[in-house]
Amino acid sequence: MRVIKDKAVVNDDWQLIREIDTDAAVPEGKVILPFAYWQANREALLKQNSEHAVWIDGATQTEVLLDDLEHFSMIALDFPAFKDGRSYSHASLLRNRYNYKGDLRAIGDVLRDQLFFLQRCGMSSYEIRKDKDIDDALKSLQDFSVRYQAAADDALPIYRQR
Amino acid sequence: MYKYDNYDQTIVNERVAQFRDQTERFLAGKLSEEEFRPLRLMNGLYVQRHAPMLRVAIPYGLLSSKQLKMLAHIARKYDKNYAHFSTRQNLQYNWPALETVPDILADLASVEMHAIQTSGNDIRNTTSDQFAGIAKDEIEDPRPYCEIIRQWSTFHPEFSYLPRKFKIAVSGATHDRAAVQVHDIGLYLVKNDVGEVGFNVIVGGGLGRTPFIGPSIKPFIQKQDLLSYLEAVLRVYNRYGRRDNMYKARIKILVNELGKEEFARQVEEEWSHIKDGVMKIDQKEIDRVKSFFASPDYDGAAADDTSFESAKASNKAFSNWAKRNLFPHKVSGYSAVVISLKAPDTPPGDVTDEQMDYIADLSDQYSFGEIVVTHDQNLVFNNVKQSDLFSLWEKLAEKKLATPNIGLLTDMICCPGLDFCALANAGSIPIAKQINDKFDNIDYLHDIGEIKIKMSGCMNACGHHHVGHIGILGVDKKGEEFYQLTLGGSAENDASLGDRLGPGIAKEEVANVIGRILDVYVEHRQEDEKFLETYRRVGISPFKERVYASN
Repeated sequence: MRVIKDKAVVNDDWQLIREIDTDAAVPEGKVILPFAYWQANREALLKQNSEHAVWIDGATQTEVLLDDLEHFSMIALDFPAFKDGRSYSHASLLRNRYNYKGDLRAIGDVLRDQLFFLQRCGMSSYEIRKDKDIDDALKSLQDFSVRYQAAADDALPIYRQR
Repeated sequence: MYKYDNYDQTIVNERVAQFRDQTERFLAGKLSEEEFRPLRLMNGLYVQRHAPMLRVAIPYGLLSSKQLKMLAHIARKYDKNYAHFSTRQNLQYNWPALETVPDILADLASVEMHAIQTSGNDIRNTTSDQFAGIAKDEIEDPRPYCEIIRQWSTFHPEFSYLPRKFKIAVSGATHDRAAVQVHDIGLYLVKNDVGEVGFNVIVGGGLGRTPFIGPSIKPFIQKQDLLSYLEAVLRVYNRYGRRDNMYKARIKILVNELGKEEFARQVEEEWSHIKDGVMKIDQKEIDRVKSFFASPDYDGAAADDTSFESAKASNKAFSNWAKRNLFPHKVSGYSAVVISLKAPDTPPGDVTDEQMDYIADLSDQYSFGEIVVTHDQNLVFNNVKQSDLFSLWEKLAEKKLATPNIGLLTDMICCPGLDFCALANAGSIPIAKQINDKFDNIDYLHDIGEIKIKMSGCMNACGHHHVGHIGILGVDKKGEEFYQLTLGGSAENDASLGDRLGPGIAKEEVANVIGRILDVYVEHRQEDEKFLETYRRVGISPFKERVYASN
C-alpha cells in the first residue's frame, strides 16, 4: 500500500488490523494491532521475533502506552472523522513529552488539508483515505513556510528568529 | 498598532494561496461539501440565507485608516456597499460570491488583514477593551498580550480541531468593558500582593444555550507564563472536552461537569510539564510587541483649550452628544469619541462603504489614523483633542454618525437575525427598528439613562441577550416569531445572567412591553439609580406584574 512517509509517497507493507478478538491467534507479519489486543497478548507478542505496532483511538489516553513504548516501531493514531482533533494532542504528547522516536502514523479519515497540522504535531506517516489522491495530498505538507508557535516539529516560536 | 514584518506577511500570503487552492478544489468537485465546510469556516466563510457570509478578523478591534478604507473598497467591489460590525469586534460581509473570496482575502492581505479563524472549532479573534491604552482605570495596556495570543493561536496545529469554538478576551482595566467573564478564557490584568502585574484567569464562561459566568481557576500567573498556561487549558479541553454532542462541547460544560477545582487541578498538572520550557515568553518579545502600542505624540498644550466647554454651553445638541459619546482620557485635554453605529433608521452595527471611507479620513485628521471597533458594535476614536471635538461632531453628524445614544436604550446589541442568518428563529433587526420608532425622544432616552438592551434571534446568543440589562431572545412558536425577555443581566465586573420575565411576547408587542418595564423602573428608582441597580434592589416581581397584568 502507498502511504506518505517522511515527506514522500512510499510503498509500505504494514497491514492495519482494525478488529480482532483478543483470544484470536497472534497474526504473522507486520501488523498494526488494536492496543487492546496487544495488552491481552503482550507476552506472546513479545516472544515473536518481529516488529510491533499498535493503534489507539482518540478516547485512549497516551499514558496507557508508556510502559510499552520501546516495543513499538510504530504507533498509529486514529481519526474516526477528520474533525476529531484529539489525536493531535496524543501525537504532540508522544513526541514531545514521552519522547517517542518511532513512526507516528495517522489512520482513518486522513485528508490532505489536515496534513500540515498533523505534521506539526509530530506525525511522521499518513495513510490517506482510499478515495483521495495521495500524490495530491503530499503537496499540503508545504502549505506554510512560517510557523508562529512552538510545536512537536521542533519549531521554536517565530519571535526567537526576529 | 502592530505592524507586520516579513514573517507575518508571509503567513497571510500563504493562507490566501492555500484557501484559493481549497476553493478551486471544492468548485471542481474534488472536495465534498462536508470536507470543505470546516476549511471555509476556519476562514470565516459561512453559507447563509441569501449568500455566503464572510467574517473578517479585526484583532482586538483595532484598525488603521488604511485598513478601514480597504474594508470600504471590498464592500463596494464585492458586496452591496455595506458591511456589519459584530460583537467580536469583527466585520461581516453579507453578500460576497464564493468564487471571489480568495480575491477578497488577497486584498485584505495587502493591508495586513485576514479572515483566519473567524469561525470554526478553533481559537477565535481575541477581543479586548475598546478604550485600551487610554483609559484612566487601566492597570496595563492589554493589546500587546492580545497580539501575543493572536500569534500563538494562529494556525495552532494542536488546537485547530477543538470540540467547539474557543473565545478569549483580555481586559487591562479595573472596569471590565470586554465581557471577560462570559468567555471560554477571560483574562484580567491584575496586580498581586507584591505589586507585580500578571493575569487572573477565568475559564468556562459563555452564553449560548447553557450560559455560565466563568469561575477564576488561577488568580495570578506571571506574564511570561501566559502562553504555557493557555496551552495547558487548551490541551486539557482538546483531550477531554465532549465531542458526542455539539451543544455540550464548549469548555464551560467540561469545567462544570468536572467542577472548577478538579478542572483547575488537571490544568495545573498539565502546566507543570510545559511551564518552564519553550512556551515561556521572553521578556524581550513582550517588550518588542509593547513597543508597537506606545502612546502617540500628544499635544502638551491640549489641556489649555476652553472652546469645548463654551461649545457645550451654547449648543444643546452638541452637549447631548458630548454627554453620551465621549469617554474620559488619561491625558488631560484629550477624549475618546464613540461613533454611534446605532442611528435610528439603520440596523445596529451596519456601515456603508461611503461612511467607512469618511470615518477613515476623519481618523487621519483627528485621531492619529486609528479606529477601534467595540463589542457593542460602535466605533471609537481614542485620541481626539478636546479643541477638535466640536468640528469632529459636526462632520460626523453630516453622515448620520453622531447619534447621541451611547449606553442608552437605542444603543442596542443586535445579531443579524432572521434577515440574514441561517440559524435564526426570529428577526432581530425589525425589533431594533420597532424600539427605535417607539423611543425617538432623546430627552426621554437621556432621562432613562444607561441601559443595555441585547438581542439574539436564536438561542445561540450572538447578541449576548443573557447579559443584557434587558435581554431579548427570538424564538419560533409554531411558525410565529415570539420574544422571550430577561431582566438584570450584566457582562461587566458584576457579571450576571438575566432572569426570565415570563412567557414569550408577541412580535408587535415588544417595544410596548419595554415601555412598561421602563415605567416600572421610573416609578421605583431612587435618586440617580440606574436601571440595573433598581432592578437588583426591587427584583423581578413588579416588572412581571406590570407586563403580564395588562396583557
